[in-house]
Amino acid sequence: MKRLHLEGLDALFGALRGAGYTLIGPRLRDRAIVLDELESAAELPIGWTDREQDGGHYRVAARGDDARFGYVTGPQGWKRWLFPPQEVLLRARRLGQGMRIEAATVEAPRRAFIGVRACDLAAIAVQDRVFVHDPGYQARRAACFIVAVNCTEAGGTCFCVSQGSGPRAGAGFDLALTELCGDGQHRFLVEAGSQVGATLLDTLDAVEATAADHEALEAGLARARGQMGRRIEHEGLAAALREHLDHPYWQKVGERCLGCANCTLVCPTCFCAEVEDRMSLDGSEAERVRHWDSCFNLEHSYVVGGTVRTSTAARYRQWLTHKLAHWETQFGVSGCTGCGRCITACPVGIDITAEAAALRQA
Amino acid sequence: MSKKHLDAPRKPRLAVFKFASCDGCQLSLLDCEDELLAVADAVDIAYFPEATSTMQPGPYELVLVEGSITTPHDRQRIQQIRRQARVLVTIGACATSGGIQALRNFRDVAEFARIVYARPEYIDTLATSTAIAAHVRVDYELRGCPIDKQQLLGTLAALLHGRRPPLPRYSVCEECKRLGHVCVMVAHGTPCLGPVTQAGCGALCPGCSRGCYGCFGPKEEPNTAALSAQLATLGVDAAARTRLYHTFNAGADAFRKAGEA
Ligand code: SF4
Ligand code: SF4
Ligand code: SF4
Repeated sequence: MKRLHLEGLDALFGALRGAGYTLIGPRLRDRAIVLDELESAAELPIGWTDREQDGGHYRVAARGDDARFGYVTGPQGWKRWLFPPQEVLLRARRLGQGMRIEAATVEAPRRAFIGVRACDLAAIAVQDRVFVHDPGYQARRAACFIVAVNCTEAGGTCFCVSQGSGPRAGAGFDLALTELCGDGQHRFLVEAGSQVGATLLDTLDAVEATAADHEALEAGLARARGQMGRRIEHEGLAAALREHLDHPYWQKVGERCLGCANCTLVCPTCFCAEVEDRMSLDGSEAERVRHWDSCFNLEHSYVVGGTVRTSTAARYRQWLTHKLAHWETQFGVSGCTGCGRCITACPVGIDITAEAAALRQA
Repeated sequence: MSKKHLDAPRKPRLAVFKFASCDGCQLSLLDCEDELLAVADAVDIAYFPEATSTMQPGPYELVLVEGSITTPHDRQRIQQIRRQARVLVTIGACATSGGIQALRNFRDVAEFARIVYARPEYIDTLATSTAIAAHVRVDYELRGCPIDKQQLLGTLAALLHGRRPPLPRYSVCEECKRLGHVCVMVAHGTPCLGPVTQAGCGALCPGCSRGCYGCFGPKEEPNTAALSAQLATLGVDAAARTRLYHTFNAGADAFRKAGEA
């Protein structure tokens, strides 16, 4: 474990840019922490937090210090940079009686993700399995450098502890930072998680972390664990959900659910997409576009003869049971990393942890 | 493949008709500057008084209808137009739900006429403003006040080549999230009709940090009761909720009822 002083962050950003990476990281926009391109560390949301999160409720606030990574999880995950909201898959051109079809060129710029939380590392690992045969995803994924940041605070809808994904970045990063600024010494602890990360770390002016640094790290992680806003009890949950598929409780949730799809679109593991063909007015050119879709849409389960999941209750049941029961069977991991985004982003505050608990007891 | 395609050997003939409306949706078609030539190439514009003086009689392969039905004369006219149309597409909130002028449906129109006009007996109007679909069969609906230019072009391209137009019925929230906008309701506490409104506008208002006004009308299975309960907790009282639902699409069933609840 190494230690960098505050200016070391500028050096890290500079080194990444020097290595040809575009930096993607947190910044304050429209009163939220969003992920966007960054030129320098000065654009980070310095002194802002978004710990105030609850069902359908998100607020940023000044922290009273100058922490760079003092927020928890903003409304967006990293998936838009790996699995973009819209992607052209192929293009077709009419040639006489026939046509020529070309796969779209995959754009995979070198990107450094700055500030990936442990829950989101877990989410990226989940989507790595889902998109194992997707050339665009794989190319973008291979071109990214991940700078994780350990959580020393948690927000109102966080529950990574019960999902076993955080608050400490375990694997899947190139470098992991821990920001320490409470004790008058603003510094970062740095750990390399890959050879590329270790090589880059060697170029920075870092010193060996002290015993006091290690203690401060453990204290920060303990604080985050103690601040978890939510939890899910896993023992026997999947079995209980499978047994309760016809329980009237689903109907109760269905009455509150707007079917707006926000939960699925903010979820960093949700991967559903729809494919749409578009063509020019003269019919000479066409393109096939894939864009984010949701199991809350009627057309999502449309097959010959109609929509299979005809009620909101059935659609909510599909979502929750997939996340917390069937995902495990399908991919060998849980579909939920405990980031809490679906709870915060649901306009009516439907809460996966509360609904799971209610269904278990039902 | 849909039977409603326009694979005529000659260029399909397009007609655009206007009922009670502001012309804004027709202007969206004229506003397609870059694509207007391609449209003119792909179809034979047979009747479009807003744009050209040629007025050829029907039948037409494709008819776009703007505006709502507000007079006994228009109630007759739409029947004749339907008979002339192979595919009829309504464009805009007026044509798809009755428009802002459907606010008259909640009031006494005879009284309005008495207050506004010196000689109210000259006014020959219906008590209601209604959607085209309340009078004739409609093949496809383009929502919005005004319609979205890209949806219009996408619909024309699809119909010209025998495909179902890509007109999603899901929520504005879905477009809002794809575009990466910050949710005005969750992050600012601003009332937003996005969760019950049909996509198609590209989440324009949330993109400007404003709540959605619902100009694209109700989405599929809109849960207005659940949204209204949430709006109430954000401090939007019953009268304000009525004003929110009763605007461009006050005549759409779901929004009418939500505003009356
Ligand atoms: S289900 Fe909810 S809490 Fe779990 S990973 Fe998805 S958005 Fe996060
Ligand atoms: S659970 Fe919430 S966010 Fe998800 S579809 Fe229902 S209302 Fe929308
Ligand atoms: S701003 Fe409105 S449209 Fe966008 S996600 Fe929030 S509620 Fe939906």
